[in-house]
Amino acid sequence: MNVIYTDSLIIGGGLAGLRIAIASKQRGLDTIIVSLIPAKRSHSAAAQGGMQASLGASVKGEGDDEDVHFADTVKGSDWGCDQKVARMFVNTAPKAIRELSTWGVPWSRVKKGDRYVVVNAKRVKLTEKDEAHGLITARDFGGTKKWRTCFTADGTGHTMLYAMDNKAIELGIPVHERKEAIALIHNGENCHGAIVRDLITGDLTAYIAKATTIATGGYGRLYSVSTNAVICEGIGAAIALETGVAALGNMEAVQFHPTAIVPVGILTTEGCRGDGGLLRDVDGYRFMPDYEPEKKELASRDVVSRRMTEHIRKGKGVPSPYGDHLWLDITLLGKEHIDKNLREVKEICEYFLGIDPVKQYIPVRPTQHYSMGGVKTNPTGQSPYLKGLFSAGESACWDMHGFNRLGGNSVAETVVAGMIVGEYVADYCEQNQLEIKTSLIEQFYNRENQKIDQLIESSSNENVFQIKSEMQEIMMQNVGIFRNQKDLELAVSSLKSLLKRSRKIGLKNKTRSSNPELVEAIRVPKMIKLALTVAYGALQRTESRGAHSREDFPERNDRDWLKRTLAFWRNEEDEMPELQYEDLDILSMELAPASRGYGNATIIDNQDTEKRIKQIEEITKANPNADRFEIQELLNPIELPKKLQGKNERVGRGFK
Amino acid sequence: MRQEQQNGRKLKFHILRFNPQIEGDKPKMVTYELTEALGMTVFIALNQIREQHDPSLQFDFVCRAGICGSCAMVINGKPDLACRTLTSKFPKGEITLLPLPAFELIGDLSVNTGKVMRAVSERIEGWIHDKNMGEIDLTKMEVTMDPDLADNIYELERCVECGCCLAACGTKRMRDDFLGAVGFMKVARFLMDTRDKRTEEDMYEIIGDDDGIFGCMSLMGCEDFCPKDLPHQHQIAYLRRKMVTVK
Repeated sequence: MNVIYTDSLIIGGGLAGLRIAIASKQRGLDTIIVSLIPAKRSHSAAAQGGMQASLGASVKGEGDDEDVHFADTVKGSDWGCDQKVARMFVNTAPKAIRELSTWGVPWSRVKKGDRYVVVNAKRVKLTEKDEAHGLITARDFGGTKKWRTCFTADGTGHTMLYAMDNKAIELGIPVHERKEAIALIHNGENCHGAIVRDLITGDLTAYIAKATTIATGGYGRLYSVSTNAVICEGIGAAIALETGVAALGNMEAVQFHPTAIVPVGILTTEGCRGDGGLLRDVDGYRFMPDYEPEKKELASRDVVSRRMTEHIRKGKGVPSPYGDHLWLDITLLGKEHIDKNLREVKEICEYFLGIDPVKQYIPVRPTQHYSMGGVKTNPTGQSPYLKGLFSAGESACWDMHGFNRLGGNSVAETVVAGMIVGEYVADYCEQNQLEIKTSLIEQFYNRENQKIDQLIESSSNENVFQIKSEMQEIMMQNVGIFRNQKDLELAVSSLKSLLKRSRKIGLKNKTRSSNPELVEAIRVPKMIKLALTVAYGALQRTESRGAHSREDFPERNDRDWLKRTLAFWRNEEDEMPELQYEDLDILSMELAPASRGYGNATIIDNQDTEKRIKQIEEITKANPNADRFEIQELLNPIELPKKLQGKNERVGRGFK
Repeated sequence: MRQEQQNGRKLKFHILRFNPQIEGDKPKMVTYELTEALGMTVFIALNQIREQHDPSLQFDFVCRAGICGSCAMVINGKPDLACRTLTSKFPKGEITLLPLPAFELIGDLSVNTGKVMRAVSERIEGWIHDKNMGEIDLTKMEVTMDPDLADNIYELERCVECGCCLAACGTKRMRDDFLGAVGFMKVARFLMDTRDKRTEEDMYEIIGDDDGIFGCMSLMGCEDFCPKDLPHQHQIAYLRRKMVTVK
């Protein structure tokens, strides 16, 4: 039996995993990252458009601060987020971006003087102030009141990931590449590490750790068309689910991005619209102002994706061999701007579509993009159900996104959660001793080994590629942008029978070492379990909130559904997840439930909402001299690791 | 608007097959046939071959959008990113795929670029060197940077570590210790960055020898085959000039 001992084990080498590893290492802990691929190839690199942080240096960001970022994030989430976590996030985001600035990210900067931008299809002159010259600038993104999305051209994720990985290399953090965690080791109360399969040799190793962090990204590849990298299959979340103890949160909350290219589903950044790009229909008509007069193309992603789908359903889509699509028009931004700030988009258009976006429209369609759901954690990033198990980034339901994430808040979450959760992981490692029976390690090691033996020896004949593709089609057809009872029931029953079939996979290639078919055979049953948590969660949630949109229940129902879905998979042989619900406490919300100001949904009120609005008024009135920090402390007190406390400075404003 | 293609054309893929994990396995070329579809890339084709013809076929894709650098291979004699190579590019419909040379072979078309790239970063110490960094107060405003300088650094940081430059490098193929264009580009990037306090003398210690900048034979395969069109020729010339004046 191969065993490796460490203090802090991190599964996943993207931005969140790297940042947590850095925090562990900086605290003097032995730290190992296990990753499917070299860290710099992680899906974090795909974040093109930027990272939200309320620095307020650019003239269109003036007046921005944590409070405005907080309100945008809560509205974006359709009040489905944990407001404590959203607060921790917005207050720390400026620190995260400034840390990355010292670690080498070449953030695009404010240039003093006049510049011309496109706003609402018109050329507008902006004059940047002298005193902001050289500070980190920001662009516009959907669902935000201010221009808050900091960027490096449209390679933001790339530069962040490179700076972060370089820092990890400087600290000597080992990344064990081409390895896959296939099971967590636990005793029902404590997580002790993971069983890891080497994707080259096929050998299993037990990694034993005080703290285990899952930072494996989202589960976009449950869908047949996704912007996600092909490795985003949710296996990290799945091994947490398979403990039978840890819960996954809000798995039905799945975001569709408005502008992925047709047919391959590669993303073109929201920065296209943030910088002034427009959506057009088959007649070349700009339709979004008709649906969303205020935010137009820059409403939140869930809203824009639904409006586009509505418009296509009205017959206004552009027919193609791959189904109807719409046009993204960035021609009005001009060659110079596209060459400099949207060059990845330009490359994608050239290579995959053979078009020049300076002159031609881009064929786009809403496409699966982001997983709001994931391993349910408390605000410290730890599973409330399994001690020593942490999660951060897209794989987690830390829950700052609720039912819809804002553009620019995902890479921001990875590094902010990485900083915050990283400190709590290190605390946990310092405060806890490693106590584990070797018989427990052996039990999990042997179990996983036997499963692989069975797969290789099996004489069954179900084809794993076929099963996977059927699952992806079921999710695409029935658990998409618009959902209803009939489709969701069909999805659940189809997935159930698929799960049974997945227990009878037969391999053509019986090699135990590197074997792509075996990799699929290990993953696909896990993926179907996740798909069931998504489909079943969506079926049970009889309301529409954020990205979860039920045609048969179009209202946001705060009365009955202001709650988080928790999914458990109690026994390996079960065919369905067990769902539980956790109330969101309105009476401790900093921002009482209200309309988002876009999306035009009706709301069924909760009786506590009125009560909370009154409370907030009274607290504010009773403290007339309190500044915004004191008011926040009264309405929504949060805890942060000591080194991340402290107010954030802004140009022209100081620490106010 | 989409480019015209011969839908339904028969494609022939000639692929190097070899699995060093299996004792006694010998390298061989195997041909697979499949039907071209509209917009087909080598990524789509290889997955079809794996799913329909041979599930043991090894290759590496992650982003499949030309940004992660995982999938470089030799396509009809030239190193390139497989994910964004359209099959329609090849009028004869014959496509030969070989693994990238200059890297350890994992199996078939999969090579270990990660190990090499980490070693490159360690060798040139590819991170910001600043003795005062530990004392930076994150509540304060960031240090300003010239906007053009920030843009220029990004131009050099667009490298995705795909390995095409090393595979196409004459010196690298003869001398394994040669740093190669990927390393030079990183050195140029950190030398340009005012946040990195290292001097040209410091960089000389890293690249001022025949395994470094003076080993380059100026064949410029790196410039010719960089999928990100990075200015290798310019930066290598610049570094060589700088390094000659040190000492």
